[in-house]
Amino acid sequence: MEEVDVEPSTTVTVDLYSLSCKHLGFEWGPGDLLVYETNYKLQGPRSASSPSVHVVRRDEDICSPILRKLFNESHLIFVGLQKIKEDVPSKNKKSQFVSISKNYRSVIRACMEELQQNAVSTQEGSLASQYGDQVSILLAIELIWNLCEVLFIDAAPAGSLLLHLLDWVRLHKSDVDTRAREVLQSDSPAQHQSYWDVVISLVLQGRTDEARQVLSKQASLRAESSSVFKRMDVLLQNMPIFNPAGTQTLTEFDVKWRHWHEECDRCLQDNTFASNRHLETICKILVGDEDTLLEQRELLSTWYHFLVTRLLFTHPTIKPPDLHYYAQSSMNMFLGPRASPEPLDIILLSAFEFDLHQVIKDCSIALNNWWFVAHLTDLLDHCKLLQSHNLHFGSNLREFLVLEYASGLFTHHSLWQLAVDYFDHCPEFGRVYLELQIERVPLDTERKAIKVLRICEDRQMSEQVRSICKIMAKRALRNNRLGSALSWSIRAKDAAFATLISERFLQDYSNKGFFTDLDLLDNLGPAMLLSDRLTFLGKYREFHRLYGEKRFSEAARLLLSLMTAKIAPRSLWMTLLTDALPLLEQKEVIFSVDQTYELMSCLEELNLGTKDSNQTDQDEDIESTKTELLRLALARNLAMAIVKEGTIET
Amino acid sequence: MDPTAKYISQKISRTRWRPVPAGLLQQPEVFAAGSWDNESNRVSIWSLGDDDSDTDGEFDEEPRLLCDSEHDGDVTDLQFLDGDRLVSASSSGAVAILKLQPDCQALSLAHVWERAHRYSCDNAPCTAVVCRSPELVSVGEDGRVILYKADQTEVVRVIENADSSTIHAVTFLRTTEVLTVNSIGQLKMWDFRQQSDSPAQILSLTGDRVPLHCVDKHPNQQHIVATGGQDGMLCIWDVRQGNTPFSLIEAHSAEMWEVHFHPSNPNHLFTCSEDGSLLHWETTSGSDMSTLLQRGWNSRVVSHSGVPLAGEDDSVVSSWLAGDSSKNRLEATHMLPSQTLSVNSLDVLEQCLVCGTDGEAVYVHRQLPNFSI
Repeated sequence: MEEVDVEPSTTVTVDLYSLSCKHLGFEWGPGDLLVYETNYKLQGPRSASSPSVHVVRRDEDICSPILRKLFNESHLIFVGLQKIKEDVPSKNKKSQFVSISKNYRSVIRACMEELQQNAVSTQEGSLASQYGDQVSILLAIELIWNLCEVLFIDAAPAGSLLLHLLDWVRLHKSDVDTRAREVLQSDSPAQHQSYWDVVISLVLQGRTDEARQVLSKQASLRAESSSVFKRMDVLLQNMPIFNPAGTQTLTEFDVKWRHWHEECDRCLQDNTFASNRHLETICKILVGDEDTLLEQRELLSTWYHFLVTRLLFTHPTIKPPDLHYYAQSSMNMFLGPRASPEPLDIILLSAFEFDLHQVIKDCSIALNNWWFVAHLTDLLDHCKLLQSHNLHFGSNLREFLVLEYASGLFTHHSLWQLAVDYFDHCPEFGRVYLELQIERVPLDTERKAIKVLRICEDRQMSEQVRSICKIMAKRALRNNRLGSALSWSIRAKDAAFATLISERFLQDYSNKGFFTDLDLLDNLGPAMLLSDRLTFLGKYREFHRLYGEKRFSEAARLLLSLMTAKIAPRSLWMTLLTDALPLLEQKEVIFSVDQTYELMSCLEELNLGTKDSNQTDQDEDIESTKTELLRLALARNLAMAIVKEGTIET
Repeated sequence: MDPTAKYISQKISRTRWRPVPAGLLQQPEVFAAGSWDNESNRVSIWSLGDDDSDTDGEFDEEPRLLCDSEHDGDVTDLQFLDGDRLVSASSSGAVAILKLQPDCQALSLAHVWERAHRYSCDNAPCTAVVCRSPELVSVGEDGRVILYKADQTEVVRVIENADSSTIHAVTFLRTTEVLTVNSIGQLKMWDFRQQSDSPAQILSLTGDRVPLHCVDKHPNQQHIVATGGQDGMLCIWDVRQGNTPFSLIEAHSAEMWEVHFHPSNPNHLFTCSEDGSLLHWETTSGSDMSTLLQRGWNSRVVSHSGVPLAGEDDSVVSSWLAGDSSKNRLEATHMLPSQTLSVNSLDVLEQCLVCGTDGEAVYVHRQLPNFSI
């Protein structure tokens, strides 16, 4: 058993203590927690009130209608990911994985936007704050995912690494654009109070062209200081940016960059920008002066922005393994000695240190839903980035997380269908989990049962098929829907149940004297062979039909075969023989000599059987009368048959 | 051209186009969707509208929600009675008429027949409903066939014990005749003019009794009917003739949930299935091999060679029935871009197709490809 890394937080869900001072008991469910009041009281007399039972839902995200779209769309992406073939060369695969990662992220963003819209438009305060919380969680998730994509999936080498990190920072600090637009659209941009903030923010993000554009508004105004602005413009223009697709190698770029850096430094030493403190600040930033960067704390707002900016202006050819030195020091510098890092900061730091497992572990603890870690781990596993070490629970990390996520989905009344695909792609335990869970899906309508059965049949889960069909058949039987019950037992190939249904039919027949549900019995087809009793039922009905159509000899043959082939149950032989009575009494001889002998032997066999001791005297009388009548009819028939067969036609 | 997808956070059991007024050659813009398997189910009305924005034909608008209403129980079937009334069938056994306010601002309950389908001690889901204004017919798991009139509060007629197994779908053949399909693979014709409670005719496939889930009648020729069943087989029947269907086509690998002839161009047929695919079938006569190869051959066709009825002109015989495979070919094309969860429902009107899946997504094609009227 692992130790707990963090103290579990207390969540107040049910406040029963103050009300009734009773001990609480609890029980874990698949997705919920059952909390109930026990009889143990801490103090005071026992109260006679009935105890209440509470169901506490662990994960409320699953019920949010907007987040449901996240689950559904990511399910589609997940299934598509699993289908990527193994034999594709790894270079193409990497671009595929990157595009899948981008797909996931765009789904997260779409959800976030919708939540944001709802948070703004809703009237209720509590709902707005709930939406706001969800938006911030999704923001954090997307931030982490994006970083993982840059560092792990795309695995950019030195040079392009910084470019990707710059993109990452720019994506997550969008207020710069809005402020820049605001400034540029105002009447006199250069006089705007945020003017210099905008310029510095753009420089901090490495967007030199845009910074130059904003700066040019200033330059056009003051003619006397235009030379200074021109100088800054030139500096900014000359800043080298690595082009991964170009022919320039990293070393060439490095040389060029150092050259430019020296020039910036020279400008600073010459006090070129002493006249304008803002321009001086910008020059210091270009040189990479840490103190100046730290002064821009408000504009940077996060330590990772500080990190990337610092790298941009001091070490643009950073290599991935060296990243974590800068990351740790940046965080310390930015947050200061007294501030303690938030969980998000720790996760990002672990990512910069390329410690995947720590990232996943911290995310699992911080979030209340397995969605993020399950999908991210699955994608990383496909990129072959996770070492497969076995956990104590037997499966590897990816499978464990996907199973946990899918089990959570299964508790949802609607999303359980998604979970099936997740279980399918867990090779070790997925099938077992699915077998256990699929039987517990409540089946209200036949349509739902058909869908569940299709899932089971596609995976050859024959036991589950049998049990589900039995449930449906039993329900149909209880509601007197014999045809439905029969079609369910045919689907499950359940001979025992088919026998039960046939017994029911025969019982109905002996009670009412006629068959119900003729449309079913007349059209059984090959399903008749499922069970002996069912075959008998079908054939018996056929006998009645033949009799109705006055095809007596065929009917007689059928009846006899039912008894001699031992398809008919003993208990019904009397009924069958009684049915034979009108055939024997016909003017025409229907039963041949041999057939009559057989009937007689059947009758005798029946009489030899042990008498039912519960029979009353009256019943015994009826039985003996019937037997006598039959014997008489058989004898008469025999006589006529012998005569008929002995006669030679002349 | 790919369809537009919209995720609506509820599993969709039925989607139906709102009928456009006859005579106006308009494309349908409003559709209704019913949900199932939710704790609280809803019937919702969506619009593809580009009424106030001037979009050109290229830009695909996402459907947006106009109004919705709570529904008791799963929505098992949905049909438009006319331009502003909807009939819904519920898994609680109720059949309800919902009224759509003008401008589609709200959806309200006009009338409900509670527990129209029931067992003595339980609820029986109503499985399908069909309307030909002002009459409605509903069928359910309790094996009843019930006839209603839209403006009357009491049901007009109940055929008790019409079937010993569940009736899955129903369609009008003539004004007084309906055809039902059940879970032991039988098609039964019922004539409401007759007093007796027994079917006028029973048809079924010999062989395995495979449950049939959907049925649709050819728009112009009332004797041609298409059915789909649990094994994904598409069967075309001629109800005047005997017990065997004219064509048996292996359409899908799992249950087929809906089959629809195109209402104005019956050479086109659409089917959707549990296996996540939506197929568009087209009979063409006299097409040569090159067009066939261009469009892609996606299905295995097993067709009986049906004999055209004696005394009829060859031109009148529907291309669905003529089994001569050299002259009439059946082509199928997949309409959805990738494999999704089960496609539960589809509806087609003019050039537009809408379908709903268990992946909580609605797909809309505004311009059916390879479609010519």
